[in-house]
Amino acid sequence: MEIELLIKKFKNKDAKAFESLYAMYNDSIFGVINNIVKNDDVAMEVTQDVFIKAWNKSESYTSKKGRFFTWLLNIARNAAIDKVRSKSFKNAQQNLDVDFFVHSIETNDSLDQKTNAIGIKKYVGKLAEKCKRIVQYIYFKGYTQKETAEALEIPLGTVKTRNRNCIKELRKALEV
Amino acid sequence: MDINEYIASGILELYVAGALSEEENEEVYAMMLKHPEVTKEVLSIENAITTLAAAMANKDTSAIFEAIKEELNLTDEDADDEPKVIPIAKRNQIFLYVGWAAAIIFAAGLVFSVVQNNSLESEIEVVRAERESLKEKIYEANNDLTAANELLSVLRTKDIISVPLGGQAVSPESYAKVYWDKKSNSIYLDLKGLPEPPPGKVYQVWSLKLNPLTPTSLGTIDEFLTDTDKVFDLENANESEAFGITLEPAGGSESPTLEQLYTLGVVASTP
Repeated sequence: MEIELLIKKFKNKDAKAFESLYAMYNDSIFGVINNIVKNDDVAMEVTQDVFIKAWNKSESYTSKKGRFFTWLLNIARNAAIDKVRSKSFKNAQQNLDVDFFVHSIETNDSLDQKTNAIGIKKYVGKLAEKCKRIVQYIYFKGYTQKETAEALEIPLGTVKTRNRNCIKELRKALEV
Repeated sequence: MDINEYIASGILELYVAGALSEEENEEVYAMMLKHPEVTKEVLSIENAITTLAAAMANKDTSAIFEAIKEELNLTDEDADDEPKVIPIAKRNQIFLYVGWAAAIIFAAGLVFSVVQNNSLESEIEVVRAERESLKEKIYEANNDLTAANELLSVLRTKDIISVPLGGQAVSPESYAKVYWDKKSNSIYLDLKGLPEPPPGKVYQVWSLKLNPLTPTSLGTIDEFLTDTDKVFDLENANESEAFGITLEPAGGSESPTLEQLYTLGVVASTP
């Protein structure tokens, strides 16, 4: 089904469309959340909250504001960051911060059953350190260009192009 | 701006990341609508990022959707009536609870009023019975009063001869009174001053002629114990000169047992 139609139905509180969208994005959203909270059980809990939140404010999404995935990604990152900052949350793995996504992909056994598994592991394995960090900041931590530039201590104008080059490598590996 | 240059700028990668301002987002969207190659590029970037992100998922989270559905009260019904169905179903549930609560309260009220009604009915029964017994008492009292009035009017008649009977040797404290209506040949006996006769015995009333002493039985007082005012009436057609009362075996005797003479009184000579 055309994704635009699914999103339209989702905005009209169609449970079936919601289920389809969930099936499309649950892995990505869970991955992003787990990358931040670094705890499988907490990440599942937050994933549930994120999709409930998405359903409850589905009318607020318009394609003019951005991609539907990006909208979900935003909700997920915010919820995960809120969770990490909450009093009840004890983060024991703070130090694994930057290359956590690389680490979790490299050690992800369940990935092997999926398509692109070889490509993505190959990509991650030979990923330059500067790419690991920029992808982590921009996609999985939700940093702005300015924040990314400051964190990487590079000029603001470099962020866009460097990020593009890193994603180009990924696309080559994934053949997309 | 050249479209390839635009794509190469890296803005689309930031667009997918959500790292652009609202204004920039709208610009990119406008470019996507205008240039299919921009849309194609965005989809590719998005595809790469979702795949990368999904590669981090070390757990299958597809089962979570059931929990989400449960929490949101979602059913598998079709889209179009969904937004209406959900709130109505929720409201219905509230009505259901309120309905049940109302039914329970109503039933409790019903039971309560039935119980109340039963107890009121039995109270009415009791009051009705009490009223009946009061009625009877009033009726009896009226009867008693009538009898007393009759007695009084009899005693007040000027032709009545009053004869006091004094206690005799066997029972000195006893006394009695005879009211003799010569016209109607009847006497009234007031026996309040006599003790209760022992079982198997009765009082017998005698009319006496003195010279020579001739007793004539006027009858036995069989209802002494049951009569409350102890006033009795007997017929007396004799020219009595005196009246006596003896205690006799039940059924009475032919002649008075003088040893058991309780009271005796002489009729005053007629003026």
